[in-house]
Amino acid sequence: MNEMAPIQAPTAGCATPASATGREILKERGQREVFCGLTGIIWLHRKIQDAFFLIVGSRTCAHLMQSAAGVMIFAEPRFGTAIMEEKDLAGLTDANEELDRVVARLLERRPDIKLLFLVGSCPSEVIKLDLSRAAERLSAQYSPDVRILNYSGSGIETTFTEGEDACLASLVPTLPEAAPERQSLLVVGTLADVVEDQFRRLFTAMGLDDVQFLPARNANTMPAIGPGTRVLLAQPFLTETMRALQRRGAEHLPAPFPLGEEGTTAWLAAAATHFGIDQSAFDAAIEAPRNRARKALGRYREQLAGKSLFLFPDSQLEIPLARFLQREIGMQPLEVGTPFLNKAFMAPELEQLTETAVVSEGQDVERQLDRCRDARPDITVCGLGLANPLEVEGLTTKWSIELVFTPIQGYDQAGDLAELFARPLVRRTRLEV
Amino acid sequence: MQLTVWTYEGPPHVGAMRIATAMQGLHYVLHAPQGDTYADLLFTMIERRKARPPVTYTTFQARDLGKDTAELFQSAAREAYARFEPEAMIVGASCTAELIQDDPGGLTKAMGLPIPTIPLELPSYSKKENWGAAETFYQIVRTLAGPNAPEPGTARAALNDSARPKANILGPTALGFRHRDDVIETKRLLDQLGVDTHVVAPLDARPSDIARLGEADFNVVLYPEIAHTAAGWLKRTFGQPMTSVVPIGVGATQDFIAEVCALIGADVPPALSPEASRLPWYSRSIDSTYLTGKRVFVFGDATHVLAAARVADEEMGFEVVGMGTYSREFARDVRAAAKDRGLEALITDDYLEVEQAIIDAAPELVLGTQMERHIAKRLGIGCAVISSPVHVQDFPARYAPQMGFEGANVLFDTWVHPLVMGLEEHLLGMFREDFEFSDDNGASHHGHSPKRPQAPADGAVFTDEQPIAVTPPAETQTADNTLLAGPAPWTAEAEKELKKIPFFVRGKARKNTETFAAQHGLREITLETLYDAKAHFGR
Ligand code: SF4
Ligand code: SF4
Repeated sequence: MNEMAPIQAPTAGCATPASATGREILKERGQREVFCGLTGIIWLHRKIQDAFFLIVGSRTCAHLMQSAAGVMIFAEPRFGTAIMEEKDLAGLTDANEELDRVVARLLERRPDIKLLFLVGSCPSEVIKLDLSRAAERLSAQYSPDVRILNYSGSGIETTFTEGEDACLASLVPTLPEAAPERQSLLVVGTLADVVEDQFRRLFTAMGLDDVQFLPARNANTMPAIGPGTRVLLAQPFLTETMRALQRRGAEHLPAPFPLGEEGTTAWLAAAATHFGIDQSAFDAAIEAPRNRARKALGRYREQLAGKSLFLFPDSQLEIPLARFLQREIGMQPLEVGTPFLNKAFMAPELEQLTETAVVSEGQDVERQLDRCRDARPDITVCGLGLANPLEVEGLTTKWSIELVFTPIQGYDQAGDLAELFARPLVRRTRLEV
Repeated sequence: MQLTVWTYEGPPHVGAMRIATAMQGLHYVLHAPQGDTYADLLFTMIERRKARPPVTYTTFQARDLGKDTAELFQSAAREAYARFEPEAMIVGASCTAELIQDDPGGLTKAMGLPIPTIPLELPSYSKKENWGAAETFYQIVRTLAGPNAPEPGTARAALNDSARPKANILGPTALGFRHRDDVIETKRLLDQLGVDTHVVAPLDARPSDIARLGEADFNVVLYPEIAHTAAGWLKRTFGQPMTSVVPIGVGATQDFIAEVCALIGADVPPALSPEASRLPWYSRSIDSTYLTGKRVFVFGDATHVLAAARVADEEMGFEVVGMGTYSREFARDVRAAAKDRGLEALITDDYLEVEQAIIDAAPELVLGTQMERHIAKRLGIGCAVISSPVHVQDFPARYAPQMGFEGANVLFDTWVHPLVMGLEEHLLGMFREDFEFSDDNGASHHGHSPKRPQAPADGAVFTDEQPIAVTPPAETQTADNTLLAGPAPWTAEAEKELKKIPFFVRGKARKNTETFAAQHGLREITLETLYDAKAHFGR
């Protein structure tokens, strides 16, 4: 590995470093080739086991969910779309009545549902169907058995992972109140169950016992929030959720994101430092997995070092990914696209990202494709719509969506994460046809 | 409002995309929010097309709404024209843009582009994908071929004896079930009948080809759902007759041949007897006896359902115990065909109703779409796919038409053999603890145990003839036969962790961990050993 100083978790509350704000960001506005926030339901409905996501939308929304998720779902999913029809557009009263009818039928069929999200879409937003009032009205009817919340996953307001942000932000006001003196750590953002369990064990090993996760796996085990809550973000796209948590008195612990060995160490350290864990307990807890991560990464460094990288905007994971691939694997990011740049969250990441990488925010897909073709990167990270056509042009691609559907955070997944990038290249060299 | 999880058809603008993507030299400017760009993956991933669909989306956002979405549309159209230089453009709105009423047609017209621009009115809240495809194709044909129409009332010139007659093949689109191969088979058939193929459309046609559709002597309507409207207009406008038989199955192929021969005034060539297909002999051979009276349930688009029901009865010796379609536009034909069999057709686009109908009919084989494949898997019934919507494995690398004599061979094989499918199931790996992901369920592709409580209690038809099982889950294949020297025992915690690993790699993880433990002389496999081994072996 390049001998570099380990990334530090900045201390809580410190201002955005100048080096991060000083970087030029290429801002683009044009055609965006990204999913809308509805797509987050694909993993959220699996994470929260007694929640149901009812999209109030159009046939397009249902078809999006089917096309993006159809390949992967084989248990009866806990989501569905109430498809609006011509008569629902005629008058909002009727639309509300229809919604009540659909909810009644759904809850009757699925008595296991404890938490129902009414999820807004572009059409429901445009006709101004007020889902927050609908949620209130229905909550009054179905509580305490079922809690009913709402958020928007519409494409006119949310991009891909921002749907999870909106969902979690809608949950925050409903979370129980923690006693003011309770000092606890809250990890926010959907993680694979196996990763969550690993992190919990690490925190326990270093002596941090009061650790909660949002979202929890069940509606009735959601975390309690109070002024003593300190938040580590497990995912980078949680701008609104963090704001909502701050309104409840919680504080953010700025840190890089837990991708790769360094990222994971710095992320854990941010919590350890805040909670006054002593260095030796911290070191003892992380030593074995950290070494495993280093060992696992060594293999991929050989294969990937020096390879160039181009990331199209998708999940907001792009900057942390590029940082990891650059620092720990020795790859060269050429352009790192992100649909939205939260400068405060990204400050610890951008500090570490090479100055030669162009960071772009937003998208004009045709122009970005031109830049990508000019740059001829060794690996292009892009969405499903673009991957095969770029392969045809001779570029090697990695689908970005796999990065949100695969456990990649933490020490024991660091090697897996690197492997995701090695595999397309290995495949290219293997094939003789 | 209709509550749904899976849908048979997308919105009508996806139908328009199927036309645009099938054609060359045509571009579609679609007023739509960013999320609607998902539709590209249908073509690039599911159909593995090599180029992106020729579609520019305006991807307007909430902040554009009160301001100028119309201007946004025009600049998108202008840039698309400059970049792609199409010969013609179709313009329209998706469901959201339909609500903001920007009038893409009018806006484009006002721009005065030097190419034909074709406005599409596709009502998203009442119509669906196939209707959208048919309407789009019709508008394109009308706009581009219309200028070449003869004076109304002009009689059609009689067929000229010295030249070979010419036919257009209408209906094949992008993302169509086996359209690519059906076209090849149909062209070959026409050629054997002495007919030249004039234009195939929309698949691979350019706007300039559409303009010369009227030159052909007649039209072959390959997929009525897509081409019926346009062919009807061509008949009225150019006096071109059209075929009514879709050549799926041996009998229908013969009828199609007879229909074409009548249209061109020729005799049926002797080479085109039923023996041109292997199906008749395979079906008569004695090892097919077990197929007799096999109960089948048929569901899909109208064209494929009507054809499949006939093949099932007349050519396979099955018994159709239920049939239906999601194509409401053609419901009447399907109702009539069901009635002939003493059945009542199921006309619905609610897959739950279809599931219930399948349970009630207790078939031994389901011929359907990808939705019925899911249902059949859950119920433990064999299934073959005969109609859109379909998935990536239904775009096979090999030549596999449904039409013509070769198509009949394909039908025989695919209906008789069990389906083998398989795609990785990422979510399974992510959320092991989800109670619905009980290991006994396995993947829908691999599992074959009925899981649904709705399965009839007597269960007979669901259990006595399970589809011949596909590969068992990886674990049972590999896990236990490696335990030669008696591996170190697993702690409960490690065993539990192992269960969180997706079943299709779990066997390998177990084996690697045990090998690792043996190599290092460990007496017990702990959680740490599991991850140490994982780091040691890589993935
Ligand atoms: S899970 Fe399999 S059968 Fe079902 S839609 Fe996906 S690929 Fe098709
Ligand atoms: S972008 Fe809007 S209309 Fe399209 S699928 Fe997403 S929410 Fe539905």
